[in-house]
This record gives sequence, structure tokens and C-alpha cells, in this order.
Amino acid sequence: MKQLIYFIRKEFYHVLRDTRTLIILFGMPIAQIVIFGFALTNEVKDSRIVILDLAKDETSRAIIDEISVSRYFDLTGYLNSNDEIERTFREGKTRMVIVFPPQLQYELSHNKSSTIQLIADATDPNVANTLVSYASTIIMDFQRNTTGLSFPLDIKTEIRMLYNPQLKGSYSFVPGVMALVLMLVGAMMTSISIVREKELGTMEVILVSPIIPFRVIIAKMIPYLVLSMINVISILSLSYFVLDVPIVGNLFLLLVECFLFTLTALALGLFISSVSDTQQTAMLISLMALFLPTVMFSGFMFPIENMPVPLQLLSNLIPAKWFFYIVRDVMIMGTGFDQVWKETVILIIMLIVLILVSIKKFKVRLA
Amino acid sequence: MHKSPIVVDGISKSYPVGKEKVNAVTNISFIVNPGEIFGLIGPDGAGKTSLFRILTTLLIPDNGNAYVEGFNTVNDYHEIRKIVGYMPGRFSLYQDLSVEENLSFFATLFNTSLEENYDLVKDIYNQIEPFKKRRAGKLSGGMKQKLALCCALIHRPHVLFLDEPTTGVDAVSRTEFWTLLRKLQDQSITMMVSTPYMDEASLCDRVALIQNGNILDIDTPKEITNKFENPLWAFRSDQMYKLLLDLQQMDNVIACYPFGQHHHVVLHQDQDVPEILDQLKAKGQTNLKAEPGIVTIEDCFMQQMRK
Repeated sequence: MKQLIYFIRKEFYHVLRDTRTLIILFGMPIAQIVIFGFALTNEVKDSRIVILDLAKDETSRAIIDEISVSRYFDLTGYLNSNDEIERTFREGKTRMVIVFPPQLQYELSHNKSSTIQLIADATDPNVANTLVSYASTIIMDFQRNTTGLSFPLDIKTEIRMLYNPQLKGSYSFVPGVMALVLMLVGAMMTSISIVREKELGTMEVILVSPIIPFRVIIAKMIPYLVLSMINVISILSLSYFVLDVPIVGNLFLLLVECFLFTLTALALGLFISSVSDTQQTAMLISLMALFLPTVMFSGFMFPIENMPVPLQLLSNLIPAKWFFYIVRDVMIMGTGFDQVWKETVILIIMLIVLILVSIKKFKVRLA
Repeated sequence: MHKSPIVVDGISKSYPVGKEKVNAVTNISFIVNPGEIFGLIGPDGAGKTSLFRILTTLLIPDNGNAYVEGFNTVNDYHEIRKIVGYMPGRFSLYQDLSVEENLSFFATLFNTSLEENYDLVKDIYNQIEPFKKRRAGKLSGGMKQKLALCCALIHRPHVLFLDEPTTGVDAVSRTEFWTLLRKLQDQSITMMVSTPYMDEASLCDRVALIQNGNILDIDTPKEITNKFENPLWAFRSDQMYKLLLDLQQMDNVIACYPFGQHHHVVLHQDQDVPEILDQLKAKGQTNLKAEPGIVTIEDCFMQQMRK
């Protein structure tokens, strides 16, 4: 027991004394959450727009008020004539110009119809689309709220906006990032830490000692298990407090499932370490065999249902896929264990197989 | 059961290099007696490390058997790992752990503690104790080796395997290191030491000269030098490089190679040295001096290699 405790303490020293490891270990989850949460979102916030209000009447002012309080738009100014529109775009001062026709209120009350023009900078088509659809929605809302008036506006409304008016897209990336981070930290760090001992030659000394392989493996796993759980907690709190992603389901169940997945990742790391001789190999295998499949096949970026059947079958071998389902169900949808037991059993089987194979493959000699 | 601490019986080991197999060790046999310092002398790539790894149970030989304290290195590897100390060629300690932490880690690896065997390592530990809080990576080469020795000794091994412990260490530290090994002999620990430095051979009780996986000779250092058959002379002059070339061209010279401030010259039996000196003077050598050379292990090694 004392032997094991010393071994574990030694592993902690390695981690805590290596700045690079520390940065990867704790910087990566935070960076991932921040990148996925803020940068990699297709939602548009605070886009600069300008308005050309040729009507200057009650209706136009009411719509402008609605638009300017919206968090999607940052109303930076007004134009006076049509001639200024192109110049403003060229100078990059705006992403969209909203043009109200001169006779807006008159046309609405007499012809029951009018057209508000939305001119968007389509160099980035996605942003342009989004902006246009945001603005359309606001105008439609205004129309709906103004009783007695009906003015069909000549603006197309995107359906996407109807079910995704808020941040809903960002919910699914939290389980995804969690799977990614735990996989990388667990598998890559453990495999590297074991292979480093091979590279430095310290493994030779450890092998020529009475310590049994199982203890070496356990001692290597425990520190990374602890650190991974710290990561789980930091990811969960970041998403809960900063990104406003709710934790609907049972927190305890969620943590237990994370624990299970971390163990699976660590076991995978052990397996990788048994097949690689240098730290580079271990890192490459971890990246190629874990990072990409986790991103591709866990379902958080690309829907698995759309893949060809062979790839769909392949995705079943990726632990991250099952973990992603579990976290999504428990955390976002708030289901209980009865809904995720199948995925849990699959992860447990993967874990047991990996551990057994790693112990079997652990070399008691050099070659 | 074998009584000798180390018995090597017809060991061969080869490694695949591409499609071919390269022999690291070829049919080697020797016995190490209890309590002796056995030196394995040979250049890099001679097969020393392979032999160490076979004896420390890290490699399985292709052929032959090896025993440490009577235990077979393949079948009883578990027993051997309890009773041997091993210091691999590379500095195999944790650079990011302090001296103290390294020691206590290796102690617990063998289920012991620094206190338990303090008397055994105290001579060495005293030298590194002032730096016990320092990270191993920040120690000087000599200090690292002492720490590694300390770690290898911490569980009071019966047999100590030291693979090139003095490679890359300064001359003073080397001498100190050997003094420490000599002291360990009083504790009746059998030691097998390898070194590429021929001058360290004389510090061993017995040595094996090894080259290309073959053992050239095994004997006490004194006997090995006594076996040197030909007259050995040490030459020097003002133009040492020209002297070397001139001597190598002469028919009556078997071999000539630089040795310290002289050139060692191996001659055929009953060669007349004054005659050689005259020939050299004729070639324009000035300030020429020749004296009988003292035969060292290196000379013997060179002779063995010529055979």
C-alpha cells in the first residue's frame, strides 16, 4: 500500500512540476469551452447596422426601437440618402442597412402593404443570412403585435429562426467538449506518462524491481483520474455559470457517468502506451485514433444518422459516442438512469476489455 | 544450483535490423565469483548493454542460459528482480524529482526505506546529502551517478549491475566513484561493471574484454597485461604525427598507435630498437626518444583485436 501511495505521489509530482502538462491539462478544457461556447457559434451578436429612414414616421420609429434594443444588432447610425449606402458598406462600417420607404405609414394604412428593404453584406453569406432573418423576425413580431394592421412585408423569413431563436445550438457542444477533453486528457496524458518512462529509461529500473505490473498501472491511472474529475467539474461550472447551459438531470448521476468515461479513456491510454515506444508515437496515436473519431463520430458535430452505414457501425466502437448520448440525455434533457443504462453498460464493457488487454500487454521485459 | 552469483552459459542474442539479424552477443560464457568486481570492457556497440539486460531479466536470450544467484534469468525473473540492483547506462532517475524524492521512491519500490539500509549507502549519501532538496536534473554528472548508485543500492542487493556508470563523468568523479565501489566490496556485494574506458579495467578484480559480441579474453587485469607477448615501446619526437605515419610504414613494426604523450609501438620479438631509431632519424625525425612501454589493458585489447 505504501508502495502504491509513493508511486501515485510521484506521478503527481511529474504532473504538477511540468508547466506544459499543466497547461494542456487545465488550459485545454477552458480553451475548448470558450472556443466552442463563444467563438465557434453560428449565432450573430452585436452586429453593426445602420438605418436609412426615409419615412421618419411613427411606424418606422417603432420598428427601429425594436431593432435597437435587440442584442443581435448594434445600431451605429443613420444615413440620409440612398447614395450613402454603398459607401458605408465599402468602408466596412456596417453589416446591414435597413431602408424604410418614404411613405411607410401612408402605404400601410392605404394599400395595406409596404416593403422594408434589408440590404446585407453577403461577403459572409452565413452572417448575412442570419442577420436578415433576425431582422425579418423582429419586423414580423412587430407586425403581429400591432393589432388592426396587417402589412405583408416583402421579406422572407428563415424557418431556422423559428425553433432556434436563442442559443439552443450551444447546448449540444458541452457534452461534446466534455467527451473530447476527457478523452484527450485521459488517454493522451496517461499514454505519454508511461511512454516517457520507457524513453527516459526509468522503466528499466522499475521493471527490475519486485513491483507488480498491476500496481504500476493503477499508480499511473489514479492521478489522471483525479485531474480529469477536476476538469469535469470545471467544464460543468463553466458551462453552467458562464454559458448558461442548464444541468437539468441528476448531478450525481452525471458525475458518476463522467467518472466511468474517464476510466475508459485512461484504459485506452494504457493500451496506447503498450503499443508505442516514443512519446511522439503515443501522442500521434492519441490524436489520430482518439481526437478525430471523437469529433467525427460522437455525433456532436456531425449527425451520425447522415453517415454511410459502415461509418455508422464504426461509430459504435467510439466510447465518446455513448458518453455523448449519456451526457446529453442526463444533463440537457434531464432523463434518469433508466434511459441511459444501455449506454452505461456498453462503456463498462469497453472499460473491462481495455483494462484486461492492457494488463495482458504490459511488458514485463523490454522486448 | 550454481553457487556463483553470475553464471553466463552460451548466451546469444540478435536484433532484427531491417530484414537482417545483427548479433549483439554471440555464444558468451563466463562466471563471476562471489564478492568480486567483474569488469566488462569494450567499445560502444560491443554488446555490453545487451548482456546487462539479459542478466537483469529485461531481455530473453536467443540461446543459452544465464543465472543470477542460482536463479534462471528467464524462468525465475521475479526472484532475480528482488535481489539485484541495476543502474542502466542512461541516467535513469526522475529529473523532475529531488534527490530525496528519487531515493524514497526507489526505496519504496523495493519495499524498504532509506533508514533501513542507511549504513550501506551512507558513504555515498553523505556526498549528495547537501543537495537533497535539489532536482536530480540539476545535479552535476558525477552527482547524478552517485545518486543513481545510491538508488540502485537502497534495497541492499546481492548483485549490482552497473552499465557504464562512469561514461560522461569527469575524471575526479570517476575516481571517487570507483573508490565507492571498492568500499561496497566490503559489504560482500558482487558487482558487474561495464566501461568503455580501458584505464578503469585495472580497478576491477577480473575483466572480460568484449568486442563485437565476442569475449576476447577473461582474466585478472594483471594476468591480461602479463600475457602481452611482444615487446612494447613508447616513442616520442618533435613531430608526433609524422612519427606515427613513419612508424606505421616500417616493416618491423606490428602496430603503432598514439598513447598519451607517446606512441605505443608493438614490435616483433628480437627487434633492434636502436636500428629503428636510426631509420627514423634518417627520415628527419628530431629529438627522438624511445623507452620500454608499460603494458596496459588497452594495449592488450588492441592486440586481441588484431588477432
